[in-house]
Amino acid sequence: MQLADITRELDLTPCTGDGRAEREVTGGCVSDLLSYAMANARAGNVWVTIQVHPNIVGVAELLDLAAVIVAGGQTPEKATLDKAREQGVSILTTPETAFTVAGRLYALGVR
Amino acid sequence: MLWLQSFSHAYPVLGGAYYLAGRAASDVKRRLAAQSAPAELARRVAIATYEVEMNICIHAISGEVLIVMEGERVDVVANDRGPGIPDVAQALTPGFSTAPEKARAMGFGAGLGFANMERCADEFRVSSQVGIGTKVEMAFLPRPDEGVKGASCAASGHH
Repeated sequence: MQLADITRELDLTPCTGDGRAEREVTGGCVSDLLSYAMANARAGNVWVTIQVHPNIVGVAELLDLAAVIVAGGQTPEKATLDKAREQGVSILTTPETAFTVAGRLYALGVR
Repeated sequence: MLWLQSFSHAYPVLGGAYYLAGRAASDVKRRLAAQSAPAELARRVAIATYEVEMNICIHAISGEVLIVMEGERVDVVANDRGPGIPDVAQALTPGFSTAPEKARAMGFGAGLGFANMERCADEFRVSSQVGIGTKVEMAFLPRPDEGVKGASCAASGHH
């Protein structure tokens, strides 16, 4: 499944990541602890979190994640979006809770 | 067989500068990818380097992370000037943390950092002097299951 499919199905709002919507999504991880996400998220995964600071971009870049989904109606900091554009990291937002996002991803077949 | 170009660089890390930390990890990852190092090796080095940078950022006044690549080995040595760790064994216990509230609110300081480093590294050592600082020494080598050419040939020699 491509990031574009997930974006459409979950009605996510892309903040950054122009041109990377065709990225294949290989699975997912939900955590607000950065060390936990680093230990468990794999390349091509989407990471669902309510953290909004620039270090989420660093983690996404290091792990080569398909995207970071910022849940719970949180708004990424400007510095986060600037860094994401600079490093080519996709950030999408949604008012849904992390629980709902994870459930809908799982139902779509992202496992 | 993986044979890395000789490289050595010390990256400064400033205590409290959360948004700046991670540069050593990002750079070493890029350098390993450029030399077609196994993705899993690059991942391990990147994660452990990021964690050690964050530790300096969270706990110390300042420090540096030295990255040395040579042959098939990557060394990551972090030295900081800071409070030091009174009980290293306790600090290495997963879940133990003395991180301030600010770091915890950002999703750091959950006591998972050293555990991540230890799992990722092939050699791992922490030494510390209270009131002076802490040193973390890590080394990384390609593991047999990481798809280095030559390693798979050796594995297929068993049949």
